[in-house]
Amino acid sequence: MSVILQSIAVARKDLLIEWRSPSRVSGILFFALALLLMVAFTTDASAATLRKQAGGALWLGMLLASTRSLDLSYAIETEEDALEGLVLWPVDPRAMFFGKAFANTTILFLVASALTPLAIAIFDAPIYGSVTHYVAFLALGSAALAAPGTLYALLTARARSASVLLPVLLFPLVVPALIAASRGTSLAMEGDLMNQAPSWIKLLLLFNAVHWSLDALLYGRIVEDG
Amino acid sequence: MYSRLYQLLKMVGDPLADFIQAHLPLIHTQQAHLIGAASLLLAAALGFNHKKLPFRWEAVVGVLGVLLFIYGQAEGLVLAPKESMMGDAGRILYVHVPAAWVAMVAFGAAFVGSLTYLVTERFGADHVSEASTEVGIVFSILLLVLGAIFGRPTWGVYWTWDPRLTASAVMMLTFVGVLLLRAVIVDAENRARWSAVATIVASINIPITYMSVKWWRTMHQMQSTKNTLDPDMRAVLWFNTWAFVLLGIWFIATRYRIAARQAADESAPALPEAP
Amino acid sequence: MNSHPPGLVVDDLARRFGRRWAVARVSIEVPPATVLMLTGANGSGKTTFLRCLATALRPHHGSVYLNGQNTWTERAETRAAIGFLSHQSRLYTDLSATDNLRMWAAMGGRTDNIEALLERVALPATRRDPVRTFSAGMKRRLSLARTLLGRPKLLLLDEPFSAFDPEGQDLVRSVVTEARQNGATVIITTHVPHLAAQVCDIAAHLNAGRIQWTGSVAERLEWQPS
Repeated sequence: MSVILQSIAVARKDLLIEWRSPSRVSGILFFALALLLMVAFTTDASAATLRKQAGGALWLGMLLASTRSLDLSYAIETEEDALEGLVLWPVDPRAMFFGKAFANTTILFLVASALTPLAIAIFDAPIYGSVTHYVAFLALGSAALAAPGTLYALLTARARSASVLLPVLLFPLVVPALIAASRGTSLAMEGDLMNQAPSWIKLLLLFNAVHWSLDALLYGRIVEDG
Repeated sequence: MYSRLYQLLKMVGDPLADFIQAHLPLIHTQQAHLIGAASLLLAAALGFNHKKLPFRWEAVVGVLGVLLFIYGQAEGLVLAPKESMMGDAGRILYVHVPAAWVAMVAFGAAFVGSLTYLVTERFGADHVSEASTEVGIVFSILLLVLGAIFGRPTWGVYWTWDPRLTASAVMMLTFVGVLLLRAVIVDAENRARWSAVATIVASINIPITYMSVKWWRTMHQMQSTKNTLDPDMRAVLWFNTWAFVLLGIWFIATRYRIAARQAADESAPALPEAP
Repeated sequence: MNSHPPGLVVDDLARRFGRRWAVARVSIEVPPATVLMLTGANGSGKTTFLRCLATALRPHHGSVYLNGQNTWTERAETRAAIGFLSHQSRLYTDLSATDNLRMWAAMGGRTDNIEALLERVALPATRRDPVRTFSAGMKRRLSLARTLLGRPKLLLLDEPFSAFDPEGQDLVRSVVTEARQNGATVIITTHVPHLAAQVCDIAAHLNAGRIQWTGSVAERLEWQPS
């Protein structure tokens, strides 16, 4: 069975599980929303300054939300040891990675989309710039968090150190994506007079290209024994 | 299509070269390449040849390093001319820059060690990776702390969002994460394999991080200060860099022996006899 | 190089955990259409042995061949022919029985008739409850159904009679008999020889990772481990 077809099957499985019990998406959404509110409360600032915070706060919320989401995406695999079942099926480890990373990307994108009207309201930051760019940054940023996250969450799920270690491992790694996504989102919201957004998009594309290929290749060395 | 491919390569290659160049300031390029290559080769060789040597070669390297260090610091702290703008505080250069060097080289060795382990499954390579990561972190912390302490009198701030500095901080954090990961994995084979994967991902991410921080800061028009060095100072810097690199190799080699000894305690028992 | 006889050939297999050899040089051959009963005290290495056969664990010494193929080095192919019923159910608890089997089948390119399979294990296909609500016995049945997807040529059952009531035990026996009729090699580990004896052909006893005794099932019922 080809890797692509298997990836699709794995992604369908992850998304079907999510569909059947949507508590995950709503839980993450409220977690991220709480963070947005905290940023607004703790920034003692004028309306103009607050507006500038919107993009950054959104991605801060996404960052924290992603670790929750990733932990949960592996909880379903370790609960009844389905993960080993997948390896022995056999499901190609690259397909396991692509399928799960795609499902995680979708969920993160949904969360980001749901956060958008809330961020616009809380920070009084409507999208003055390009909506296309905004959506692109949301999508690419979600993918950029999901790819290394899917690999590292596997590590922490198997090392039994669980949630504690995932942020420590993941956050320094996604700094480039975080910078690019939050800068790009801010530009899309405030208006991009000097047309800087394409450079940030390029950076996100590069980051995604590297991680979606490299992490897929390395996935097999972790998920299997020896 | 080829021009586009070339553009893509340039997009990746230029900042990468930039990044390497940024960490090798003020030293003649050829010497820089030599130091880097020699260090990496030595570190990589650790994984393969240490048992065949009859004596502890790193002790020789260490002694040499200490001697050079004493000489270099004496020169740097007393004998070399004062830096025109920063005064005596500028002498931090002689520790700050070499520390950055060693950190880079050490993390490079960790990457090579991890890659070697994944390909060959020899534990020697894993020990190189472990030792290099630890030494790299130590020198990174040294770099950042020194930068903060001496940044105050010279530049007026403890920290700047200078791309090199920021990328160094992120690099340090990433590798600290790898060490923490090592600490929680019980099985030796799994530990070696999974930390090798984490190290590789962490290493490959560094150039991208540097690029992103650089773009971020240039968008905000905050440039880092560029110094051009007096030839006298350059020589002193060269001595100190060699001193640090030799010390770094000594540390890595010693830490390697410790790791190897620990592993020997955990090593595979002999196969039971045939039934 | 196909110099090995068909069926299962275990050649000098050894596997350690830390300093302890859990499987200490085991060699055994089980031809096709044969059922092996493997007994042994707790900690004797039965489960580890089975996991090595299932390619969940890499052999630290020796090899395992299934129909001439080395199961570890060619695991991308051999795994599809191995069905492993372990203690863990390998199910997704948020999905229903039908969804579980459908998803598993899709990920492995298996084309079995899901309804028929569920009927075989006496689970109603119409139930849409998530597996989370199942009793232990029902989970085991579903797990057994999952194991049978794709008609494996090597069927490994780790203590299949535990967690089953007498009806369930009958089910296991009928599944084993059917598999044997289809030419599969079957290995059953058990603590209770008399439950498995009817459907087994040969028996072996494992002690401290070594095979202490082999023979026919009839002989096994008379022999007492020391």
